[in-house]
Amino acid sequence: MAVLNYIQAITKALKEEMERDEKVFILGEDVGPRGGVFRATDGLYEQFGEARVLDTPLAESAIAGVGIGAAMYGMKPVAEMQFADFILPAVNQIMSEAARIRYRSNNDWDCPITIRAPYGGGVHGGLYHSQSIEAIFANQPGLKIVMPSSPYDVKGLLKASIRDQDPVLFLEHKRAYRLLKEEVPEEDYTIPIGKAAVKREGSDVTVITYGLCVHFAKQAAEKLEQEGISTEILDLRTVYPLDQEAIIKAASKTGKVLLVTEDNKEGSIIGEVAAIISEHCLFDLDAPIKRLGAPEVPAMPFASKLEKEMLMNSDKIETAIRDLAEF
Amino acid sequence: MVRSVNELGLQRINMPQLGESVTEGTVSTWLVKAGDHIEKYDPIAEVMTDKVNAEVPSSYTGVIKELVANEGDTLEVGQLMCYIEVEGAESGENRTQPEKPEKAPENNAPADKDQSMKNRYSPAVMRIAQENDLDLTQITGSGKGGRITRKDVENAVNNKDQASNQPNVKSQQIPEESQKEQVEDFTPPIIRRKPIKVNEGDREIPVTGLRRTIAQNMVRSKTEIPHAWMMIEVDVTNLVAYRNAEKDQFKENEGYNLSYFAFFLNAVAKELKKFPELNSCWAGDKIIQRKDINLSIAVAHGHELYVPVIKNVDEKSIKGIAKEINELSRKARTGNLTADDMEGGTFTVNNTGSFGSVESMGVINYPQSAILQVESIVKRPVIINDMFAARDMVNLCLSLDHRVLDGVICGAFMSHVKSILENISSDTTPIY
Amino acid sequence: MDNVQVSNEQHLAMYEEMLLARRIDERMWLLNRAGSIPFVVSGQGQEVMQVAASFALDKEVDYILPYYRDLAVVLHFGMTTRDIFLMAYGKAEDPNSGGRQMPNHFGQKKNRIVTQSSPVTTQVPHAAGIALAAKMEGKSLVSFATMGEGSTNQGDFHEGLNFAGVHKLPAIFMVENNKYAISVPLSKQVACENIADRAIGYGMPGIKVDGNDPVAVYQAVKEARDRALNGDGPTLIEAESYRLTPHSSDDDDMTYRTKEEVDYEKSIDGLLQYRKKLMEEGILTEDKEREMEEKLKQEINEATDYAEKAASPDPKTLQDFVYSEEGF
Repeated sequence: MAVLNYIQAITKALKEEMERDEKVFILGEDVGPRGGVFRATDGLYEQFGEARVLDTPLAESAIAGVGIGAAMYGMKPVAEMQFADFILPAVNQIMSEAARIRYRSNNDWDCPITIRAPYGGGVHGGLYHSQSIEAIFANQPGLKIVMPSSPYDVKGLLKASIRDQDPVLFLEHKRAYRLLKEEVPEEDYTIPIGKAAVKREGSDVTVITYGLCVHFAKQAAEKLEQEGISTEILDLRTVYPLDQEAIIKAASKTGKVLLVTEDNKEGSIIGEVAAIISEHCLFDLDAPIKRLGAPEVPAMPFASKLEKEMLMNSDKIETAIRDLAEF
Repeated sequence: MVRSVNELGLQRINMPQLGESVTEGTVSTWLVKAGDHIEKYDPIAEVMTDKVNAEVPSSYTGVIKELVANEGDTLEVGQLMCYIEVEGAESGENRTQPEKPEKAPENNAPADKDQSMKNRYSPAVMRIAQENDLDLTQITGSGKGGRITRKDVENAVNNKDQASNQPNVKSQQIPEESQKEQVEDFTPPIIRRKPIKVNEGDREIPVTGLRRTIAQNMVRSKTEIPHAWMMIEVDVTNLVAYRNAEKDQFKENEGYNLSYFAFFLNAVAKELKKFPELNSCWAGDKIIQRKDINLSIAVAHGHELYVPVIKNVDEKSIKGIAKEINELSRKARTGNLTADDMEGGTFTVNNTGSFGSVESMGVINYPQSAILQVESIVKRPVIINDMFAARDMVNLCLSLDHRVLDGVICGAFMSHVKSILENISSDTTPIY
Repeated sequence: MDNVQVSNEQHLAMYEEMLLARRIDERMWLLNRAGSIPFVVSGQGQEVMQVAASFALDKEVDYILPYYRDLAVVLHFGMTTRDIFLMAYGKAEDPNSGGRQMPNHFGQKKNRIVTQSSPVTTQVPHAAGIALAAKMEGKSLVSFATMGEGSTNQGDFHEGLNFAGVHKLPAIFMVENNKYAISVPLSKQVACENIADRAIGYGMPGIKVDGNDPVAVYQAVKEARDRALNGDGPTLIEAESYRLTPHSSDDDDMTYRTKEEVDYEKSIDGLLQYRKKLMEEGILTEDKEREMEEKLKQEINEATDYAEKAASPDPKTLQDFVYSEEGF
C-alpha cells in the first residue's frame, strides 16, 4: 500500500476511472499539459490524450454546461472548477440544469456529471481563493455534495461520484492537498455517497464536521484524551443530502454535540445538522448544541494574521470540546 | 536546541511557501555555502515542490553561517534552511518576531463550588431520571455550576442496578483471549470524577506534580494492562543468617544499613538478565525488551510514595545497591528526588514487607510489564525432611502484563529468584 | 446558394407540419381562454423557419435543444399532437415531464429532444457538450440549438458558442429573431445590426436568412449541417420573422406595441405567404387544403379529448426521481 497525499489520491481516482470507463473524461481550465494548477490532473493528458483531458476556455458556465450536455448524451464528464470561488458563474448551470434534469424530465433524462472544485482557506488565497461554497448549493435536491476529509476517503468517494448516476459536486480542501497523507490501497474501492462515518469513538462529546476540519477535530480529540475527555467524531463525508440516521445516532450517543465548519457560521451546513438534532434528539441532549464556525465576514482576508484569526484550527475545537465536556 | 538568534545578529532563513497548497519543499541544490557573502535577494538554493521548482532568494544581506538543511532534505514550510549573519545590527527588521503563544487560559480552578446549575436539568437528564425513578436531589452533579450531567444520572442508574449484583472480586481469572486484542486501538475507559463533598474540618491536600505522575501511571496501568498475579514462598533462613552476621560491621564501615532489600534486588537483577522477557514493555504493535536493568523501587516518605530508579542493578554489588537505596531514601525524605531519579525504570521491586505486609497485589508501573512485591520475612514452622523446623520465610508476589508474559516464563523466573535467595551465602553473594 | 431542390411532396409535407403547429397553438389559446389550461406560450409566426430547419436535419440521429416556442420542431422530431395536449394539461402521461414543468418545456429522450428549463440559453452550452460527446465517439450527427434573439445577450450564448467554435464542434445555433424579448424590442436588445454579426467573435460563419422563406432557411441549415459533419465546426444562423401573439397567455402586448404593427405583420405572416405561393404554383389546391384542415382538426380534437380525460400525476409521486432510484 502506498502512502498518498490528498491530491495524489484525486489523481489516482481519476486515472483509474478513466482506465476503467472510456466515457469518463476531464474538462476544465489548465487541466491538460499543465496538469492542473494544483497538479490534480498530473500525467493524465499524457496518458489519455487531448480528447479526454480537455483544456477549456476560461468560462465556468461553459465548463459546467458543456459537461452537462455531454452527461445528458451519456458521457461521464469530470469538470474542474479551478477554485470553488469561481463556480458562481456556473451556478445557473449547476442548479437550474444539472440538479433538475432528472426530476424535470420525470426520469427520462439524467446528468451523471462530477464537478470538482478546491475550496477552503489557509493558503494565503485571500477573499477569492479561500471560500467555502458548499452552503450555497446545499438546498438543491437532485445535487449531491461530497467533501472528503482524507486521502483514503478521496479515492473511494471520487470514484463513487464519477460512477454516480446523478450530478455530484466534489469539494476538495486545497490546504489538505499536500498536508494530509495516508496509506491508500491500490485496489479499486468506493465509499458510498450519502453516508457519514464515525472517525473516532468517544463517550463525552460528539463532534460532527467534514472536510479538513475532521483533521483538526482528531488532533483536538487526541490531546483531550490525555485530560480524560473522550470525543466521538462523525465525518459527514456527504454534506448534501445529509445522513440523518448517522447524525442522530452520533448526537444521541453523548448528548453533548459540537458542530464544526470552516464556513461562516450563519447559514452553514452545520445549521442544518443542528436542526436535525434538535428535531430528533431532544431527550438525549445534555447540553445546548454548540456550533463552531468562522465569524460573519464575507471571506478570508489575505494577511496571515487575519487569515489565521478567521480559520478553524485544533485549538479552537479543543477549547469548545472542553467547554462542553465540563458543562 | 534553541539559539539566541537575535543576540548574534543571526537570522534564520526558513522554507518559504511556494504555492497556494504547498506545505513542504525539497532542497535540491544549495547555491551558497557557509562563509559566502550574499546580497539580499541573491538566490541561495533551488527548491523543488509538487507545484513549482524555484530559486529561493535570501531575505538579508550578510554572510551565510550554517547550512542546516542538506540537499535532498524535504522541509515543511517555515522550517529552518540556514542561518545568516546579518550585516549592520539595525538593518534587519525583526522578521522573526516571536509569536506569543496564545494558549487557552488553563483552568486550574479546583472543583467548582458554584452550585448555580444544580437544579437545571437537561432533557436527557429529566428523561433518564423519570424512566428510572431517580431522585435528582440525591445526585451530585459533576458539571459546571454543579449541574447534573447525563453521565451522572447514567452512573446513578448503573450503581442502582449493581447494588444487588456485585461481581465476585476474589475469583480473579487470567483471561486467555488477551492474545488477540487489538491494543493499538485501545482507548482506556474514562472515569469521570465527581466532585467529592468536602466537610467542615476536612483537610484538602493539593496533589503535587510527583503524586500526579504516579496517579496517572497507576490509573493508566490498571485500565490498560491486563494484570495477572502469582506468588511464591521463599525460605530465606540463610539470607537472614548471612545478613545478621554482616550488618553491624557494614554499618560501621559504610555508615548506612545493609538492608535485606539489597539482596532481593541483586537476585532479581541477576534473573532479569536471564529472563529479559520480564524486563520489557508493551508498545502496541511490538514488545520492547530493555537492555539495561533499571529497577524502580518504592520509597515511602510520610504519606507520599515515590518510585525512584536504581540504574544498571545487574552491574552493582550488594554494597553498591544498598548505597543507592540509602541515597534515594534520603532524597525522598528531604524532598530532593528529581524527575530524573524517577525515569528509566524497566522493572519494579516493591518492598511491601517494610509495612509488615505478607501478601499484596502490585499495580504494574506503566509501561513496564511486571512488578515484584517483596513481603515481610516471618519465622514460620516449615516441614523439612518430614520434621518441623523454624524457618525465615518470605512471600514474593509478581503482577505481570499478560499481553507480554505468560505463566510459564514467570514461573521459571520466580523459581530461579527463589533458588538464588535460598542459596545465599558469602560464597555465592559477596557483599563487596 | 439557390440550388437547393425541394420537391412538391416536401413542400406539402412542410406546409402540413406548419399548419399543424399553428392549429395546435390556436387551440391552446382557446382552451386557455376557456379556463381549461392555465398557460400558453406560442410560436405563431415562427412555424415556417422551425419546420424548414427541421427538414434540413436528420430526425433519426440529430439532437435538438429547442426553446419554448419550438412546437413545430418537436412535432417534426416525433412528439405527437396527443403528447402536446397531455403536456398542456399537465397530465401524468406527458412525455416531456409527466406534468412537472410548465407547457412548452420540451424534452423526450427517445426522440433526442433534450430537456429544457426556463432560464433562457442554458441549452447552448449543452448543445456544445452533446456535439463534443458525439465528436469524441466519432458519431455522424449534429446538435441543433434554437433560441430567441433575446437569448443572444446571455453569458451562456457567448460561452457556449465560443466553446463550440474553439473545439470546432458539430453544432448549429439558430436564433429565431421574432423582434421582441417579451416587451423589449430588438433595438433595445442589441447594438449590432444583425445577430448573425456576432458569429465572427466565435470564429464561425454567421448567416442571416428570411425566416418566412422556407427554402432559404432549409438551405442555410442544410449547409450548416454539412459543414458540421465535415469537421468544419459550428454555424450561427439568424432567421428573422415576427412574434404574432403576445409573449404568453399572461401578457398584454398592447402595452408595448400597436395593433397596427401587429395587424401589418399578420398580413405578411410567413404561413400565409407560403400557402399563397403553394397555391400559385398549384402544389396546394383548395381540396387538398380542406382535406388537410379536416384531418388536423380531427387529430387535435381527439388529442384534446384524450388529454382532458387522462389521469393527473399521483400526488404520491411528488418525491419520485429526485435522484436515481438505484440509490446512492
